[in-house]
Amino acid sequence: MKVLMFGWEYPPHVYGGLATANFGITQGLHAQGDIDITLCLPKPFGDEDHTAARIVAMNCVPIAWRNVDYDYVKSRIGNVMDPDYYYRLRDHLYADFNYMYVNELGCMDFAGGYPSNLHDEINNYSIIAGVVARTEDFDIIHAHDWLTYPAGIHAKRVSGKPLCIHVHATDFDRSRGNVNPTVYSIEKDGMDNADCIMCVSELTRQTVINQYHQDPRKCFAMHNAVYPLRQELQDIPRPDHTGKEKIVTFLGRLTMQKGPEYFVEAANMVLHRTRNVRFCMAGSGDMMDQMIYLAAKRGIADRFHFPGFMRGKEVYECLKDSDVYVMPSVSEPFGISPLEAMQCGTPTIISKQSGCGEILTNCIKVDYWDVHALADAIYSICHNDGLFHYLQEEGKKEVDQITWEKVGLRIRKLYDQLLSR
Amino acid sequence: MKTICLYFEIHQIVHLKRYRFFDIGTDHYYYDDYENDRSIGEIAERSYMPALNAFLDMIKENGDYFKVAFSLSGVGLEQLELHAPQVIAKLQELNDTGCVEFLAEPYSHGLSSLANDECFIADVRRQMSKMEEYFGKRPTVLRNSSLIYSDEIGNVAASMGFKGMLTEGAKHVLGWKSPHYVYNCCQAPGLKLLLRDIDLSDDISLRFNDSDWEGYPLFADNYVNRIATLPEDEQVINIFMELLALGISQPLSSNILEFIKALPRCARQKGITFSTPSEVCGRMNSVGDLFVPDTLSWVDEERDVSCWLGNPMQREAFDKLYSIADRVRIANDPRINQDWDYLQASNNFRFMTTKPSNVGLDRGIYNSPFDAFTNYMNILGDFINRVNSLYPEEIDNDQLDSLLTTIKNQGDEIQVKDNEIVRLKTRLTKAQEDVDKLNAKLDKLTEKKKAAAAKTTTRKTATSTRKTAKPAAEKADDKK
Repeated sequence: MKVLMFGWEYPPHVYGGLATANFGITQGLHAQGDIDITLCLPKPFGDEDHTAARIVAMNCVPIAWRNVDYDYVKSRIGNVMDPDYYYRLRDHLYADFNYMYVNELGCMDFAGGYPSNLHDEINNYSIIAGVVARTEDFDIIHAHDWLTYPAGIHAKRVSGKPLCIHVHATDFDRSRGNVNPTVYSIEKDGMDNADCIMCVSELTRQTVINQYHQDPRKCFAMHNAVYPLRQELQDIPRPDHTGKEKIVTFLGRLTMQKGPEYFVEAANMVLHRTRNVRFCMAGSGDMMDQMIYLAAKRGIADRFHFPGFMRGKEVYECLKDSDVYVMPSVSEPFGISPLEAMQCGTPTIISKQSGCGEILTNCIKVDYWDVHALADAIYSICHNDGLFHYLQEEGKKEVDQITWEKVGLRIRKLYDQLLSR
Repeated sequence: MKTICLYFEIHQIVHLKRYRFFDIGTDHYYYDDYENDRSIGEIAERSYMPALNAFLDMIKENGDYFKVAFSLSGVGLEQLELHAPQVIAKLQELNDTGCVEFLAEPYSHGLSSLANDECFIADVRRQMSKMEEYFGKRPTVLRNSSLIYSDEIGNVAASMGFKGMLTEGAKHVLGWKSPHYVYNCCQAPGLKLLLRDIDLSDDISLRFNDSDWEGYPLFADNYVNRIATLPEDEQVINIFMELLALGISQPLSSNILEFIKALPRCARQKGITFSTPSEVCGRMNSVGDLFVPDTLSWVDEERDVSCWLGNPMQREAFDKLYSIADRVRIANDPRINQDWDYLQASNNFRFMTTKPSNVGLDRGIYNSPFDAFTNYMNILGDFINRVNSLYPEEIDNDQLDSLLTTIKNQGDEIQVKDNEIVRLKTRLTKAQEDVDKLNAKLDKLTEKKKAAAAKTTTRKTATSTRKTAKPAAEKADDKK
């Protein structure tokens, strides 16, 4: 079975959770043995992992005819694409795009990530997808997140093959209900044209059904999973805080969707009863200054720390050094980070509005707005060793059972259903 | 001749309210009054009253042929006193028929038998005196909370003078043996053990209304036939369950009470009698020792204590609670004692179980075992602070005990001395009275003498003798 997959980001160049999820899904599908994946990415760097999927660099796909020789192509894009493949793509141009900003290879550049001209990039991406879809031979299309929906639709129009879209988040999650109409229209268009909608949780599935008016029969909850920790990360020692100060951590973008202010308020309540705890709010975002101000206003700044944005190994060091991990998201489609915290053996508190809560039992779930319950749970884990050890051990056992291979198998079954229609 | 021993447990906990850690030290009231009132009211109406009425009818119909036993936890009884006194009145009415026996059990329905023998003994004794107060008879047979039993617990029970104890006929203890005999505790041969027949009991309490069960629908004649066709030697059939089974676990609409009412009629035709646990203990001889090195109970498939103490959270809560058991006993403060009873109830630990169970578990206000644990530990934190603040913490238990004993002994000594003083005082007044009487007599005699003397001088002498008598009487008053 051949799958044409559209993605936006891919490890090791991670901007958000999408990269990790995309990587996991390709790995999980690859593990099925008989699935070939062609993964289109706007701007790969050449250091991506090619074992699970063949990566097509969309910024090296020609959309206008240029007469360039082999050596020149090889020198320009040889690190990410085979020159022969460039010529194959050039044989499938479908319109004259010379009026666009194309370079001397007839390709369009991408800034990568989430630049301010995102809507233009989305549009460019779908134009290029037309070329790829005409070149490639595939059975099914799989588009990740709204950025790639237009490309998916385009590929479906060109090829007539069924379109699967994977909803990693909706604009309702990001905006607390005040949706951006442009984004909403792109999302809705993608869902309307999809033959199968995979949502990362039942929570998201309900949003898709109710807010985007989709047929429940084509919506499926497809929970994410987590990769086993690399040996190097497993070897990070866990400091023993028994009888010492406890550390409670929030790790994520400081933005409305993640509910950082609830964490500060809960910290305030805990610190008014006990001084034996420190709070750490790692990450950056548009609400960073507001949070620093709030912590100062509550008079807890001496025990409330902002170490800033963390990447790579730092994240795991921070998680291993924590006694409690908190994710008070207002609306979280899935949320892989609690699973990572549990892998590190850190007891986790998540909001009931988080999709990952649907597949986890050994973590504490509270309503994001219930600051009292959140504070109570933090206090309880810090003061009762029984609870701490139970959540630590059982949580780790539980999360070790959640693998991408199982997700791959479930996606595979949906593909089969779709193709047999 | 075969005999059926029917026994029902009556117990309801005092529900704990939502208690955040900020409440520690500021709020010492831990209970959800509304929920207590609501749940007891509902249970009394839907289960206890209809079931007890049915038993009363059965006794009236069958004379003293039908017998039944109950055990009430002290905590449950307190709840009934407050919210459903009609249930107690009905139980007393049943008690008056003479066909009902009340058993002993820990007052708190707690797990003290696993932690602290002294605490357990005190717990049971308190329930027994409450039973005596309500039903006029001191129980002679013990059933521990949820039929928890082990050899050590049997030993303690025997040392308290019980002649019998109820427990579970668990397969892993019995092996090839049958629960239809009377056994005895291997450490204390004087203590007889009655073992619950799991299948026959659960057919009623768990499966009666289950239409997927192959035995559905269950009829009284079939049920009694099963008992009647048991081998001749197997004479005691112990059917134990919660009274809640009649009406709550199995709804009244399933006609469970009609089933129960039909039991004596069918049994009589087959020549099967009914007995109370103490009758069984008195009449039957034990067939041998029963070795129970590991604790068993009537809960879950495992029939052990894992649903209360299965995970580290439950064990931590349990250890913390009983770490202050001695302190609570020594301090003996009435309000502390009351909270101690309510906090001990095993249900509080059950809420924290993480075991999958095929019997539905209502966690009440808690949405997860972690939530239950957090709430309980907050309350326990406050409770332990209160217990510790009664007396300075640096005095250890032994010291405190000896200090309190000294104080108590001194109090006793003072009491003895007070009694002595009162006794002596009364003696003194008595002696004084005797003196007065003698004086009065003397006066009369002298009066008579003087009357015999000249008539004109009589008045003068009479007034003068009165004057001398008065100060003497006043002196006696002063001494009082």
